[in-house]
Amino acid sequence: MEPLSNKRKVLEVKPLNFLERAYLPAIVGGLSTTMKHFFKKPVTISYPEEKREFSENFRGMHSLKRDEEGRERCTACGLCALSCPAEAITMTAAERQKGEEHLYREEKYAAVYEINMLRCIFCGLCEEACPKEAIYLDGDIVPADYLRKDFIYGKDKLVEAPLNQ
Amino acid sequence: METPQLIFSIVLIVVIFLISLVVAMYSTYAERKVAAFFQDRIGPNRAGPWGILQPLADGGKMFLKEEIIPTNATGFLFIVGPSLAILTACIGSAVIPWGSAIQIGGHTFDLQVTDINVGILYIFGVVSLGVYGIMIGGWASNNKYSLLGAIRAASQNISYEISMGLSIIALLMLTGTLSLKEIAEQQHSWHWNVIRQPLGFLLFLVCAFAETNRSPFDLPECETELVGGYHTEYSSMKLGFYLFAEYINMFISSAVMATLYWGGYNYPGMDWVAAHTGPTVAPIIGVVVLFAKIFFSIFFFMWVRWTIPRFRYDQLMDLGWKILIPLAIANIVLTGVGSTLLTHFGY
Ligand code: SF4
Ligand code: SF4
Repeated sequence: MEPLSNKRKVLEVKPLNFLERAYLPAIVGGLSTTMKHFFKKPVTISYPEEKREFSENFRGMHSLKRDEEGRERCTACGLCALSCPAEAITMTAAERQKGEEHLYREEKYAAVYEINMLRCIFCGLCEEACPKEAIYLDGDIVPADYLRKDFIYGKDKLVEAPLNQ
Repeated sequence: METPQLIFSIVLIVVIFLISLVVAMYSTYAERKVAAFFQDRIGPNRAGPWGILQPLADGGKMFLKEEIIPTNATGFLFIVGPSLAILTACIGSAVIPWGSAIQIGGHTFDLQVTDINVGILYIFGVVSLGVYGIMIGGWASNNKYSLLGAIRAASQNISYEISMGLSIIALLMLTGTLSLKEIAEQQHSWHWNVIRQPLGFLLFLVCAFAETNRSPFDLPECETELVGGYHTEYSSMKLGFYLFAEYINMFISSAVMATLYWGGYNYPGMDWVAAHTGPTVAPIIGVVVLFAKIFFSIFFFMWVRWTIPRFRYDQLMDLGWKILIPLAIANIVLTGVGSTLLTHFGY
């Protein structure tokens, strides 16, 4: 049969010669290979103390952004929750009261905004869906924890620090 | 035995016992570190600086684990198994000469617990007892994987003990004594037995790997086929005893190997050192040299473990019966002919 590609190679199975059957040369070869690795620099990165450099479009923990005057951008439209394939986002909307203009940019804001980090698959669709440029996955790796309830991140963990600090 | 020597012996027994345990403890740590280095990793480094406290953490964990005795296991034998394993591992060190006679305050002490004139036979007896621990444990577990592991251990040990014994016979033909102390003394300075018995050493080394159930001969605990092998059903400190026994065995067989073939506490230039340091310090340097040899040997055990894959069981038996035993017999013949000819021509 004509071979479809020229990649096929018929291997000849030769019986082992005496040196090969004696194991020892192969063992010595193996030992020297491992010894070479013994003196190599370890490739381990001791995470938390050391961190690997992330790529530019790395998607980490979410942060809810503020505008240039330090007001929360999110208007609780729910598009992020709708677009989320993992159904990780939930929120409760509230109306902005008089005197809160310096806190929230829009007339409606998210009183509660929670992301379940155990459900989230860090796909970034929430970021893409947001019409207000209010949510970005520009944070670090979500840290480990002991209890499931501690993985539900509220606004206290998600909202950016205020500008004047 | 005089009283000072008796007291010294008792102290020595305790010290050697402690050293065996500490060496075994830190062998577990070293094994993980060495494995890590061979695989371009760092290894345990969280417990204390460089992970120095890791063995303590492991030990603590072992103690706190739940003690499980399976319902269908034979309760008494189930406990005897690991106890026997660790007991036989510990008593092997009694006949090893750790150094030449040391002088402290006008008294001369032997750095050896007891110099019985059949030291090698004693070692062999203890080593072959060691497999009972595994055998009994595997049998008493009432689990087919444990039983298979135990059977493997037993047949492997029997097969390799023969070639080990034969490789020693060639050595004994040259030394003419069974006492480990005399054998060590004969290898003064650089006259190490490995020079006269390279093939014998190689055979002994391979058999030592098999006897201690170390990779590439760790078939009794072959995870891929037997879950955990003979210690499948064990938990808590009983498992710890089995694992610990393996490391003590490694330490003892390294010590035996160093004494039989690598000159024990002897090293080139020891006379010069002895003349310059006196009869108290010189033996201590000898002990340090012996331990350096032992540690290198333990390192070698680990080096091999992280290099060579496990044998298949039939290959193991082939190697034992069809290659090592004939080689050992050939070695005996060669040694006999060689030494006769050398004596004949007056060397
Ligand atoms: S990153 Fe993806 S999964 Fe996570 S919250 Fe946003 S949309 Fe949902
Ligand atoms: S984060 Fe964006 S998409 Fe989500 S509710 Fe707020 S404004 Fe809407």
